[in-house]
Amino acid sequence: MRFLKQIAYFVGLPIALILLWWVLTIDSTNFFVPKPGQLAETFVEVWFSERFFVDVLPSISRLLTGLVLSIVLGILFGIIIGSVRILRQLSEPVLEFFRAIPPPVLVPLLMLIIGINDQMKVMVIIFGAIWPVLLNTVEGVRAVDEVLSDTCRVYRISGFARFRYFVLRSASPQIMTGVRQSISIALILMVISEMFASSSGLGFAIVQFQRTFAVPQMWSGILLLGLMGVSLSLIFQFTEKRVLRWYYGLREVDR
Amino acid sequence: MHVTEAVTTQRARRASPWSQHPLAGPLLGVAGIVLFLLIWEAATRTGLVNPKFFPPATVVLAQLGQDLVSADFWASVGLTMRSWLIGLLSAGIAATALGFIIGSSTFLRRITHSTIEFLRPIPSVALIPLAVLLFGIKMESSLMLIIYASFWQILIQVLYGTADVDSVAMDTAKSYGLGWWARIRYVVWPTTLPYLITGLRLAAAVALILAITAELVIGAPGLGKEIALNQSGGSVVPMYSLVVATGLIGVAINIGMRLLEKRVLRWHSSQRGDVIV
Repeated sequence: MRFLKQIAYFVGLPIALILLWWVLTIDSTNFFVPKPGQLAETFVEVWFSERFFVDVLPSISRLLTGLVLSIVLGILFGIIIGSVRILRQLSEPVLEFFRAIPPPVLVPLLMLIIGINDQMKVMVIIFGAIWPVLLNTVEGVRAVDEVLSDTCRVYRISGFARFRYFVLRSASPQIMTGVRQSISIALILMVISEMFASSSGLGFAIVQFQRTFAVPQMWSGILLLGLMGVSLSLIFQFTEKRVLRWYYGLREVDR
Repeated sequence: MHVTEAVTTQRARRASPWSQHPLAGPLLGVAGIVLFLLIWEAATRTGLVNPKFFPPATVVLAQLGQDLVSADFWASVGLTMRSWLIGLLSAGIAATALGFIIGSSTFLRRITHSTIEFLRPIPSVALIPLAVLLFGIKMESSLMLIIYASFWQILIQVLYGTADVDSVAMDTAKSYGLGWWARIRYVVWPTTLPYLITGLRLAAAVALILAITAELVIGAPGLGKEIALNQSGGSVVPMYSLVVATGLIGVAINIGMRLLEKRVLRWHSSQRGDVIV
């Protein structure tokens, strides 16, 4: 019974909204608003075709390459900058400035330097998505527990083992916060870099639909981007729960 | 006790004393900026990177200096900041109102949860084509994107905030006969305010990104459009100076929001500094 109630809470409002949408558009001939059934049909028609290989897969692979590289590089530089005090103080304002640049302006800039190709798009994603990870890693590394740090020293845990078991671990809640921000930035940049300069990819396809007034197709593209955003956030939540299991456990105990 | 003292003194000795000086941080920061500019300058002057595509720092900064006294530049800044401000304020008001309504009832909170979690991660740039169809290249397009993106940031924070209300405080207010409005005003509002400000701070950065994006991709008037025009016209130096300008605006917004946070929350324990026990 309680389980049923939870399901009702979960699907109740979405179903109500879709019904409302269906009722409101049942007699509508509005050009801009597709009907629910029509949209679902178009969605399958447009994206479960060769477009999946031409537009969707390249987009996803660029997104993932950029995201993974920015997370790895962000953690790497974050640990280096975070562990050396002078380096941190030297780089702080410069990093804050780079973080504050709205990442989409890098698209025209990198287009000029690298040209219009896949590397450019991956670079755009890295340049935009690296800052949250990097700055959060710096903060996390800086705020390591002093007692634990001394304990490591006493037990002669040093070098790689110290980073692997102590620094990275204690910074990981902060790092995950950064990764969460990076994911949404990376998705935005993937779309923009394709909208601005590309001949393939999701962003390109959607703009193409809009320019040719293929409105239901355009909506189906928006829906696909939404689904990508939702699945990325679900994957992230799942990973975060696993990676930070010890952390949430610790907080439960503290409470 | 002795052990801790020994550890602290040893720690102090180990860290070089001058880097502990209160002025060391800001001074090193300035040094970092200068160093960065020097590397930039050197890399372009020695031909390590092509100066045609990546002009030297001095050239870009000189151009930025010229921009700062030109009326056109400030007109673009004004347009961008206008959509930023209108978008942020509308999103803030709507999200706060809705957040308080949803947050005030467990039923509403539970039933809206799945919908909010679904709508929130949808990237706002997905709405660009829709905005173009609906509004064309006017400011309304930027506003639509800005409001959508910043709305969720603020709403989520307000919802966290209203969930954080101390139940003892709430019961106390009820038994003292505080009405609905008074409870909102004196119990829920002060608890939620820090969360709301955090949401606003996050949303302010997001709103700037979306304002520039809309101008860049759609062509709504403002700094982003100028960057796109300069890029397609091949005027590299003005483009770089505009990019630097957007970064400076971003920094200014971050600093401004931090100051606002300090000012609005000066009564809150997070801003009053540590109490020495």
